[in-house]
Amino acid sequence: MTLNGDAVIPLPTDRLARLENFGHSLSGPAYLYRPTEIEQIEELFEIARRHGFSIGLRGAGRSYGDAALNNGGVVLDLQRMHRILDWNPQTGIIKVDPGVTIEQLWMHTLEDGWWSPVMPGTMAPTLGGCLASNVHGKNNWKAGPFGEYVLEFSALLPNGEHVVCSPTKNTELFFGLIGCMGILGVFTSITLQMKRIYSGNLDVFAWAEPNLKHILDAVDSGKEDNDYIVGWVDCTPRGSRIGRGQLHTANYLAPGDDPSPLQSLRSESQILPDTILGLVPKAIVWRFMRPAMNNMGVWAGNTAKYLANRTIGHKKRYLQSLVAFNFLLDYVPNWERAYGSGGLIQYQSFLPIATAYDAYNEMLKLSKRRGLPSYLGVVKRHRPDKFLLSHAVDGFSLALDIKVSKRKRPGLRKLIRELNKIVLQAGGRFYFAKDSTLTAQEVSEYLGEETVNNFKALKARCDPHNLLQTDLFRRCFTSSNSEQ
Amino acid sequence: MSATPSVPVDTPLLTRPRAVIVGASSGIGAALAHKLAQEGYLVALLARNQDNLESIAQQINHTAGETQAFVYPHDVTDYDLIPSLFQTILRDLKKIDALVYVSGAQFPVGISEFEFEKDRNMLEVNLLGAVAWLGQAAVLFERMGVGQIVGISSVAADRGRVGNPAYNSSKAGLSTYLEALRNRLTRHGVNVLTVKPGFVDTKLFRENAKASFGVISPEKAANAIWRAMRKRKQQIYTPGWWRWMMLVIRHVPSIIFRRLSF
Ligand SMILES: Cc1cc2nc3c(=O)[nH]c(=O)nc-3n(C[C@H](O)[C@H](O)[C@H](O)COP(=O)(O)OP(=O)(O)OC[C@H]3O[C@@H](n4cnc5c(N)ncnc54)[C@H](O)[C@@H]3O)c2cc1C
Ligand SMILES: NC(=O)c1ccc[n+]([C@@H]2O[C@H](COP(=O)([O-])OP(=O)(O)OC[C@H]3O[C@@H](n4cnc5c(N)ncnc54)[C@H](OP(=O)(O)O)[C@@H]3O)[C@@H](O)[C@H]2O)c1
Repeated sequence: MTLNGDAVIPLPTDRLARLENFGHSLSGPAYLYRPTEIEQIEELFEIARRHGFSIGLRGAGRSYGDAALNNGGVVLDLQRMHRILDWNPQTGIIKVDPGVTIEQLWMHTLEDGWWSPVMPGTMAPTLGGCLASNVHGKNNWKAGPFGEYVLEFSALLPNGEHVVCSPTKNTELFFGLIGCMGILGVFTSITLQMKRIYSGNLDVFAWAEPNLKHILDAVDSGKEDNDYIVGWVDCTPRGSRIGRGQLHTANYLAPGDDPSPLQSLRSESQILPDTILGLVPKAIVWRFMRPAMNNMGVWAGNTAKYLANRTIGHKKRYLQSLVAFNFLLDYVPNWERAYGSGGLIQYQSFLPIATAYDAYNEMLKLSKRRGLPSYLGVVKRHRPDKFLLSHAVDGFSLALDIKVSKRKRPGLRKLIRELNKIVLQAGGRFYFAKDSTLTAQEVSEYLGEETVNNFKALKARCDPHNLLQTDLFRRCFTSSNSEQ
Repeated sequence: MSATPSVPVDTPLLTRPRAVIVGASSGIGAALAHKLAQEGYLVALLARNQDNLESIAQQINHTAGETQAFVYPHDVTDYDLIPSLFQTILRDLKKIDALVYVSGAQFPVGISEFEFEKDRNMLEVNLLGAVAWLGQAAVLFERMGVGQIVGISSVAADRGRVGNPAYNSSKAGLSTYLEALRNRLTRHGVNVLTVKPGFVDTKLFRENAKASFGVISPEKAANAIWRAMRKRKQQIYTPGWWRWMMLVIRHVPSIIFRRLSF
């Protein structure tokens, strides 16, 4: 195979940067640009087209896998485009730049009594990134994905077109671009409908359940009466106790329930403390976790936690701030670094009600048998949506954080292939924001050939020169990437 | 837009290392291309002779059953093209883990011959081309905080002798340059390996050979280089005994050295 080193004008070497994913499991070089104006993006598309470079989009880099990496090419980091363009506290409609973060969003609207109807588990992501992934919260079965609250967005397509899309205007692009992982176009502004709330607190109930079956049943039956439900699952015990864990439900307060809403709605009441237990600075906690991040350490920790939840933490009702409930993981900054130099992957699969229990049970047992249990499992309840590359089903998701180490890589690779098979056979789906291991063949299996073809047709229309690319795109949509 | 090859995408569970070999069309470079490919590397092969590169790539890809070798015809004295070619290779391979500079020229020169064109070419290929290529790799690896630079110098670097002053200087310059790079880059997590072959049975050797003892095959040299890369060594002689030989030779006082005719 011959490639001629056609004399391109080199991209400035100064721009070379090492970019990583959130899980610290992948890194690579890219020419990094951080534009502040749409014109700069247009210019870069032109340069890329002329010189045969691809461009990957990136927000806050909170994807677990390779969604925001474009090794060897250009990466456009949109975090510097972060203005709030318009806010109406009467209607709760907000218009923002794509680089505005979830944190910036709630900080801006909460005091007026508005909260985003859908929140991911951390407040670091940008809204562009959230829209590209079409994120879900711990209320997905009820609220649907983030994209359902977008009244309108504008986007720049690689073919040079500026488009404005809404659920009634340019609908094919609306349902295509949302959830397309930055492969069809760049969101340049986003208009959102926020949700009215009457307190900065949620009414939370916590209890423990002894096994996976009980957890799934509880998550399912709690869906009638609650606004949020989440199950934290322990994947390390042996036998029938596998999948035991703690459940949290949470409900918005009704008008009048909070005697002083103006107090609880202030950012100061929401901000996470800098220390844990009033003593340990949060910023260093991950360093203490690191030595315990092995099968034994996590088993011991999880068991202690479970026993505590079963006793002192059992059937407790309390008020918790919206921020603390939604962004629990932000309590320990850099917690993912505790996983060590190989980082972690998150394996999140979505399964229909009917097959979920058997499949998840088999998956947890298999992982345990192989000595590769997840150190944290999270269960949520979902419902389907109308977006082209949707990850949701009428059923559950189970997200497994799995440590990657050099020694265990081959075994883990084999395990993941087997887990994928179980999920696909059970009619399940996956989520690009988390994924880092699917092959193109597996992707077309769960999305269906028709969806993949529709996506490719949209791609050809929006991006005839194939300028927008990421490692995820090449991995999941290039057929030569079959076996990894 | 030229077609970019599709290389397998790295995952957290399976990554493919990538090496750029400058001077891969024959001898040591070609043998190293085969060796690194065998060890799982994707390899970018550079040199002037496109036909040779193609046939090496073909053998590699045939054995592997996949496209593992990529060919970039290039003359290292085209310095101006190097930054863009480096960028093209990075674009195509997505990552570079090692850059090996093998290109070398050695012309037979008579004991009283001073021919600038020959001398200049040796200095250009052996030293200036190396400076141009290794500089590109140095920037990338420094930013990435990881990587490996390998330079094929020579035992000829260790002393200036009567036989080929320009060749000696080019290799001495290369060795010093590599040492300086090592001092710059070790703190950034980058390994710099200097390889000093003795006699290796290649075209270059045969055209210049006076000695015929201790000649090793290019494959043997390539294996030694790979071992040193794997162990992240800083300098090797190959075969290893040259280390002791050169230790002695380096200490021969000038008053004697001036009278020797090798
Ligand atoms: C601790 C933690 C908890 C999480 N919890 C949840 C959760 O509960 N639910 C959930 O759904 N997700 C969750 N996530 C995933 C996260 O919400 C998504 O990965 C989100 O996309 C990250 O946004 P980002 O700004 O960091 O985007 P990046 O990771 O930088 O990029 C994500 C994708 O968006 C694209 N993109 C970025 N900006 C634009 C733009 N302006 N236009 C077009 N495309 C763009 C990129 O190309 C990329 O494909 C969690 C992640 C972490 C780290
Ligand atoms: N053989 C030995 O005994 C011995 C001993 C010590 C050191 N070395 C060193 O080992 C290295 C490899 O040499 P070798 O023995 O394998 O000899 P070789 O077979 O002649 O290989 C020399 C390589 O350098 C390349 N090269 C020469 N001029 C070039 C140019 N202008 N641009 C790009 N590439 C160029 C050649 O490719 P093209 O001709 O296709 O361009 C070829 O691939 C050299 O640096 C040499 O000095 C060899």
